[in-house]
Amino acid sequence: MTAVLDTSVAAPSLTRAPALQAAGITRAFGPTPVLAGVDLVVPRGSVVALVGPSGCGKTTFVRLVAGFDTPDAGTVVLAGRTVVGPREAVAPEHRRIGVVPQEGALFSHLDVAGNIGFGLPRRGRTDEGRARVTHLLDLVDLSGLAARRPDQLSGGQQQRVAVARALAPGPDLVLLDEPFSALDASLRVSVRDAVMAALRAEAASVLLVTHDQDEALGVADLVAVMLEGRIAQVGTPEEVYARPASAAVAQFLGEAVLLPGDADGATVTCALGTLPLAAPADGSRTVLLRPEQLELVPIAPSATGSGPGRADEGPIAVVQSIAFHGHDALVALRLADGVPVLARSLAGWLPRPGDQVAVTVRGAAWPLPA
Amino acid sequence: MARTGVRAPWWLVAPAALAAAIALLPIWYLVVRAGSVAAVGEVLLTEATVRLTARSLLLTGVVTALASAIGVAAAWVLARTDLPRVRAWQVALVLPLAVPSYIGAFVWVEAFPALAGFAGAVLVLTLATFPFVLLPVLAALQRVDPALEEVAASLGHGRLAVAARVTIPQVRPSIAAGALLVALYVLSDFGAVALMRYEVFTWVIYGAYRSGFDPTRAAVLSLLLVAIAVVLVVLEGRARGRAATRIGAGVARRTRVVRLGAARWPVLLGLGAVVAAGVVVPALSILGWVLTGSAGAVDGAAFGQALLASVRLALLAAVACVLLAVPVGVLAARWPGRLARGVERATYTGHALPGIVVAIAMVYVGVKLLRPVYQETPLLVLAYVVLFLPLAVGAVRTAVEASPVRAEEVARSLGQTPLGVLRRVTLPQAAPGIAAGAVLVLLTTMKELPVTLLLHPTGTQTLATELWDHMLVSDRAAAAPYAALIVLGAALPAVLLGRMGQLGGQPSGQVRAEGPTGRTVPAEVLGGSRP
Repeated sequence: MTAVLDTSVAAPSLTRAPALQAAGITRAFGPTPVLAGVDLVVPRGSVVALVGPSGCGKTTFVRLVAGFDTPDAGTVVLAGRTVVGPREAVAPEHRRIGVVPQEGALFSHLDVAGNIGFGLPRRGRTDEGRARVTHLLDLVDLSGLAARRPDQLSGGQQQRVAVARALAPGPDLVLLDEPFSALDASLRVSVRDAVMAALRAEAASVLLVTHDQDEALGVADLVAVMLEGRIAQVGTPEEVYARPASAAVAQFLGEAVLLPGDADGATVTCALGTLPLAAPADGSRTVLLRPEQLELVPIAPSATGSGPGRADEGPIAVVQSIAFHGHDALVALRLADGVPVLARSLAGWLPRPGDQVAVTVRGAAWPLPA
Repeated sequence: MARTGVRAPWWLVAPAALAAAIALLPIWYLVVRAGSVAAVGEVLLTEATVRLTARSLLLTGVVTALASAIGVAAAWVLARTDLPRVRAWQVALVLPLAVPSYIGAFVWVEAFPALAGFAGAVLVLTLATFPFVLLPVLAALQRVDPALEEVAASLGHGRLAVAARVTIPQVRPSIAAGALLVALYVLSDFGAVALMRYEVFTWVIYGAYRSGFDPTRAAVLSLLLVAIAVVLVVLEGRARGRAATRIGAGVARRTRVVRLGAARWPVLLGLGAVVAAGVVVPALSILGWVLTGSAGAVDGAAFGQALLASVRLALLAAVACVLLAVPVGVLAARWPGRLARGVERATYTGHALPGIVVAIAMVYVGVKLLRPVYQETPLLVLAYVVLFLPLAVGAVRTAVEASPVRAEEVARSLGQTPLGVLRRVTLPQAAPGIAAGAVLVLLTTMKELPVTLLLHPTGTQTLATELWDHMLVSDRAAAAPYAALIVLGAALPAVLLGRMGQLGGQPSGQVRAEGPTGRTVPAEVLGGSRP
C-alpha cells in the first residue's frame, strides 16, 4: 500500500487504519470447527462482500466481529482499535459497529424516526439528532414515513429503515448479514440499489454477507470468498471471477468449464484445442473457461458429412441439454472425446438437443494455481 | 437463539433467585414438618386417614373420567363437524371456567339441597373442569395435519376407523395432559367440597386448622395431599413432553367436515345441557337473587369496603408477581441453561401445590419467620405470589421469547448496555404480554378463596371472604352481589380464551386456561411444551 510512503499524513494514523482487520479468527461449537483461521481486511470507505455457501461460517464471523460471540483465538481490530485480542473482548456497545440483520429486526415499539434515532445521543431527541434522522430518511428515500410503525412498512422499507438506523451514529463499520435474502425477488434489486447508494453516500465501510454470488459480484469493491471456514480468495469482482484461486472458488462464483491441459508458457492445449493463457504457466495444469467464452456455430447438415469442419470453426460437440433463462441459455455439450463442457448462448439462435455444433473460444484460458 | 457461552448478568440472577426462594417457602415448611416421623406415622396409620384418602381418590377419579369424556366429545364436535355457530359454541363451552367452583356449588346446593355430598361435588367439579380437556384437545385436533386423515381415508379407512387409528392417537397426549390437570384441580379444590360437605383432604385440613389449629394433623395430611399431587404433576409433565415431541408445524388447511345430519339435534341438546348447567343456571340464579333480594339484605358499605380491599390486594399481588417474574422470565427466555431451568422450575412450585397447603404453609412461615406481618397484608400478598407467580412467569417468558433477539443485538451495537437493552428494547417490546399476565394475576387473585380465608388481615374482608361468610349461612340475597362481581371478573379471561381457542394456528403459550384451584395456567398445558 502506498499509504506507508505518504509523508503528508496530517490526520492521526488511526483514521487511516482499515475499518476492519481480522486475523487468525477461529471458532468451534463443541467439537465442530466453524472458523478455521479467518483473515480479512475491510479498507476504509469500501464495500467488501463476504460470500460463501450456506454453512461456511459467514454469519458466525460477522457475529464475532459485532461482539455477539467471542472467538476461540484471533484478533479483531476496528479502525485501529483492538476489540478482540488474546485477553480482551470489547462489549458490542463499545465497538461502533452498525448491524443490519437479515430480518431487519426493527424495534416494534418505536416508530421509524425512533428506530433511526435509537443509537444517537439521548436517542435522537436533540436538534442535531432530529436533523440527522431527517437526513437519513431522505437518504433511504423514506421521508414522510417518520411516524410510521414498523408493522405498517413493507419488507423493503423495513430493511431501508434498518440500514438508516445502523448508519445514524456514523459507525466505523457496517455489517449487513444477508440483508436482501428475505425480500421478494422482484423487490430485491431495487432495495439493494437504494441501500448501496445510501451506504456509498455516507462513505460507510461495509462488510456485506451474502450467499448470492451475483449480488456479491454486482455491488462490492472487493469480494472475499469463504469456503469451509476459511477465506479462499479476496479480490475485485473481476479478479475472483476471471482469475479464481482454486477450482472450488471458480465453481462457487459461477458456471465453470474446467479442463485438464498441457501448458507451454503462453498457450495451453486442451479438449477445446490450443488456447492462449491469461497468465504464463507450464506443464500439466487445469484451466478455467467461463461458459460465455464458448461460442456455438451451427453446422449445416450438408457440412457434417464432408468431414470434421474447417479449422476456424473449432471442435465439434453434441448438444446434451439446454437450460433456457430468457435472456440467455446454458447449453450442455459433449465433445467428440466425451468431455462435457458448458456454453452460454446469448444469440437468438439456439441449438436443440442432439444437434452437432462447432465450438469456438473467445479470450484466454485461466490456469488454476497448481 | 441462545447467547451461548455468555453468563447471565448478576442483576438478573439475584432477583430471579429471590423469586425462586419465595416460591419454595411452602416446600421448606413441608420438609421441616415431615421431620417428626413419629407423628407422621401416628396420623397416617389411622382408619380415618385411609377413608379420607379413598374418598379423595374416588372423587378425583370419577370427575376426571366424566370431564375427559365431555371435553373430548365436545372438542371433536367443534373441530370436525358442521355444527352450526361453532364460534359461539366454543366461547360458551369455555365460559364455565368463569364460575369458581365454590359459587357453582352454592348455586346447586341452594337449588337442590339433596345434591349435597358426593353427587353434588361430582356435578360441580365436572362442570368446572371439563374445559381443561376441551381446550388442549381442540387445539391438538386443529393441529393434526389433515393430510394424515386424508391419507388414511385414501387407504380405505372409514370415518370411524380414521378417528380410531389416526386422529385419537394424534391427540392422546393432549387428552392425558388435560385429564391430569382436571385431577390436580379436583384434588386441590376447597370451596366446592366444603359447600357440598363432602370430606376430602382440603376440607379436613381446613377443619384441622380451624379447630384450634392442630398443626401436626394438618401438616401430615398436607404432606400426603402434596405427595399425591406430585405424582399427578410428574405424570402430567410426561404427558406434555410427549405432546410436544409430536406436534409438527401448524397447518392452516381445513380438515374434512363430518356432516352431523340427523345426529345434529341430540348433539345440540347435549352441548346445550352442559352449557346450561355450567353457566346459564349459575348466572341466572345469581341474577335472580340480585333482582329479588330486598334492598336491606345487602350492606352497601361492607360491599364497597370488600371491593376496595379485593382490588387493592389483587393490585399488590399483580405488581409483586410481575416484578419477581420479569427476571425469571427474561432469564428463562434469553439465557437458557441449568441455572435458568432450576430457577424457573422453582417458581412453578405454586402450580403443583393445593391452595390450602400453601395457606397452611404460609401461616407457619408467618409464625416462625415473619411474626410482624402475620395476619397482615404483606404475608397474604406473599402467599398470592407463591400461588400465582407461575402465571406471571409464563406470560413474561412467552412475551420475551416473542420479541426478536436480533433487535436486542442491534441495540447493543447502537451503544446500549445489557441493562439498557432490557429497559429500552426487551421490556417495551414484551410489554403487552407482560401486562396481560398482570391482569390475569389480578383477576385470578380476586376470586381466590382458601388462602384469602386463612390469611386475610384481621378486620379486613374481601369479596371472596364476605361471599364465603354469606354462603355458609345460606344468605342468598347478601351473597348475590359478591358472586355476580366475582363471576363477571372471571368471565373476562374465559371469554378471551374461548375466542383465541378458535384461531387454528395460535402461537403456543398465547392461549391460557384456568388451572388447579382456579388459577390460570399458560397454554403450554394445552398440549404444548412444558416450561
